[in-house]
Formats: sequence, structure tokens, C-alpha cells
Amino acid sequence: MRSYAETGCPALEVVNLSVGFDRINILEGLSFEVAHGSALAIIGPNGAGKSVLAKALIGALPYAGTIQWEANTKIGYVPQKLDVERDLPITGSDFLRAKAAVVRASQADITNALRLVGLKIESVGKPIGALSGGQFQRLLVAAALIGHPSALLLDEPTAGVDEPGQDTLNETTERLRKEHGLTILFISHDLSVVYQHATNVLCLSRGHTCFGAPKSILTPELLAELYGAPVAYHVHNDLRP
Amino acid sequence: MAPQWPTTFTMTFDPNAIALSIGAGAAAGLVGCFAVMRRMTLAADAISHIALPGIGLAILLRVHPILGGVAALLVGTLLVWGIENRTRLATETIIGVVFSTALAVGSLITSGDELIAALFGGVGHLTSLEATLGLVLSLGVVGFVVWQRHRLVLALVSPEIAHTTGINVRRLNLFFLLVFALTIALGLRYLGVLLVGSLVIIPAATAKRLAQSLRGMLVISVAASIASTTLGTWLSLALHQAPGSMVVIVAAGFFLLSLLRRSSN
Repeated sequence: MRSYAETGCPALEVVNLSVGFDRINILEGLSFEVAHGSALAIIGPNGAGKSVLAKALIGALPYAGTIQWEANTKIGYVPQKLDVERDLPITGSDFLRAKAAVVRASQADITNALRLVGLKIESVGKPIGALSGGQFQRLLVAAALIGHPSALLLDEPTAGVDEPGQDTLNETTERLRKEHGLTILFISHDLSVVYQHATNVLCLSRGHTCFGAPKSILTPELLAELYGAPVAYHVHNDLRP
Repeated sequence: MAPQWPTTFTMTFDPNAIALSIGAGAAAGLVGCFAVMRRMTLAADAISHIALPGIGLAILLRVHPILGGVAALLVGTLLVWGIENRTRLATETIIGVVFSTALAVGSLITSGDELIAALFGGVGHLTSLEATLGLVLSLGVVGFVVWQRHRLVLALVSPEIAHTTGINVRRLNLFFLLVFALTIALGLRYLGVLLVGSLVIIPAATAKRLAQSLRGMLVISVAASIASTTLGTWLSLALHQAPGSMVVIVAAGFFLLSLLRRSSN
């Protein structure tokens, strides 16, 4: 995978992006860049437009402005928690096979994706509505990894996942970024994870956006301004500046 | 009156009708699986009513009533899809408006025995050409679902994930609706406007209760659908009853039997 410096262009360039519904803009005049192999965390209070931004970035919502992914970018997308009927007779294997068939990936790719997210093959034999919240989220991440994506866009991928499961998923995406050069964009409410894994942070709040390194963004003053109240988060000692 | 539309029920064995009932059963079983999983069960019933004004108009113009029904179904489907994409109204709302209007217009221009036949169906004698066309259409519907099943699964679980794999979800939805309308058209003459939706819904609902995987659901649904059409046809001959009613009663019987299986949840 070529680096930003080698290619001279970012993995993603967003210029003056506006997204709205019924003539009300959710996002307005948003501009930022994401370098190859970096991890961008998107944070902000509920209703700030984080998921709207994610959907606009994959082209699933109409928008004004420019969203420019580098040529031939393959995006693996993990949506926010899905509401799946409990009695839907589609197994995890059916879902992964469907993804693999559409992107022309092999059975080995499916096995590899399951290994990376720490999901057992027996688990994916169950109907997806019968999977636990954590198993289902891991399944979605595994599906996103099938087809060798060059960028991963994760909308609260660890929602509903227990703590060990969260650590596994966070470590997996970090490893993919470092070892395979994947560009990662993730939406998270967990500021400790943001501090630990993000290269840059994009914060969204009605009428206020900021962009920069975690150290410069995750300050008590900026967070209080962003969320409208003081926000506490835990930073491991070895990560403190 | 157009001679092709039967106003009495078939009381003799017709191999063409049996062949078409198997083809239409297989198509309805497969399309029904995705219709039920996409929560389109009420839509199936409503969309079938859109055929009525087409049948009435075809009878007035002395062309084959099924052609009128198919044309109305395709136009109605495009209308529903077009309105859905231009407004923020729910699909069921749009279908509700279109189907009520179609039913009103249809009942105005169709009358007497023809209206009863259009509503409840009947086989009459199928010509070889009609049976062949029906079988070709059935094969087309079966081919579409088998070929597109992976895309349909992705779009069902998450349209956004489907979008990132390069699937044009809007176009896929349109094609599915058109195939759905063709499946309704396949069973139209056999079951009639009022009952044809049930051939799409009931076997798939039975399969959904019994299956634990996509393959299982598709196989059970097709088997239940073909068993319903063939057994229903045989019963209609034996009991001198309308085939549409017998097919739906058999299908409903399979569904009731499926309720005996304890839910795994």
C-alpha cells in the first residue's frame, strides 16, 4: 500500500460538504482530509450528523460539495447497530457468503475475516437474529473485511459488544491499519478509544466543527464546548503526553 | 367478450395447466421468500389488485385479459416505485393509494361473470402457447431470484453495505418489484386478483417458520408452493370447486401445520 507522501494525494478529501433533509442542513461546509493508513475518529454528541456523514461518504445519501476517495478505493462499511428480525432465516454464513459472492472473494477470505474478528465458525451457522449483539457486530466487521478493502468506515462498531470483545475489535482494526496500511474512519463515543487509536479527530456539533490530533482536540475546554457539558475519559498512563 | 378468459372452472385434467401451476408455484415460492423477509406481505396482496383495470380494459378492447393484467401490473409497479423515489411516503401508503384507485377503476370497467372470474380465477383451457409463455416467464423469475439472491440478501440486511459493494440498490429494488409483479401475473388466471397474492405469501411464511437458513427457506417455500398448486388443482377437479380457493386452502393448511413446530426463539 502506498503512503500519502508517495502518492501525493490523500486517501479521502472532503471539500465544503453539505448534507440535508427537507431543506435543513445536518452538515454544512465541512472540509477535511484523511491520509493513507491513518485513523480518523469522528466524534460528537447525538444528532450531530456523524452517521449522516458516514452515509454521505459511501455515497448512500445525496450531498453538495466534494467527496473524493482515491481512485480504486474499496470501502468496507460497518453500519450502526442494525435492527434485524429475530426469526429471519438468514445465517451469518449466508450473509458472509453473499458479501463474498458479490465482491468475488473466496471461502478463504471469509475464514480469514472470521479469524481476524475472533468469531468462531459455529457461531455464524446460527440465524443472524439469534446472534448476541457482540457476535452480530463482529459479523458486520468480518463482512466489511471481505474483499480486501483499502478503507474501513465503522459507525460505532463496538456498540453492544462486551469489553473483551471491544478490545479485540479495536486491536484488530489497529493491526489492519499498521500491518496492511488500511485507512480507518470510525465513529465512537468512547473518547479513551479515540485517544488511543486515532491519528486525527473530526468533531461535529451543530454549528461547530474541529479537526486535529487527539492531543489538541480532546481537551476539557473543547469537549465541554462540543458536548455542552464537562466530559471525562480515561487515558492509559503510557499514552499520556 | 374475449373468449380466452374463463368464466367457468376447469373440470377436466389439463397437462398444460398442471405444468404452468408447477412453474408458477416455483416462481411464487422463491419471490415470496424475499417478499416476506422484506415485510412486503400486505404489498403482495395490494399489488395483485392493480391488475383488475388492465383485465377490464383488455376485455373491452377484445385482447387477451392476461396481457391487460400484466400491463397494468407493470405500469402500477413503475408508478409505485416512481412515487416512492420522489416523495418520502412509505411504500405501503403509496401501494394503498394506487391499489384502491385501481380497484375502483377496475370494478367500473369490468362487470358480471368476467369480474367474478377476474377476482377468483379459474383455469379454462390453456393453449400450448399460453402454457409455454407462462413457463418461460416462470423460468425467468426463478432465474432472477437464484442469480440475484446474494445481492438481495445484502440489500435486505443493510442497503448501505450493499451500496458499498457496488450494488445499485434502487435499481435492484425496481427489478425485484417488476419480478414480483410478473409472478403475480403468472398466477392471475389461475387464482384470480383476490387470491393470487396468497400464493406468494403463504408458502414463504410457512418456510420462514420452519427454516434455519436461506437455502432451507427457499427449498421449503418452493416445495410448499408447488405442493399447494398441484394438490389444490387435483382437489378442485375431485371436488368440483374453484382451483384458486382450493390452492389457497391447501397452502393455508401447510401454514397451520407449520405452527405445530415450536418456535426456536
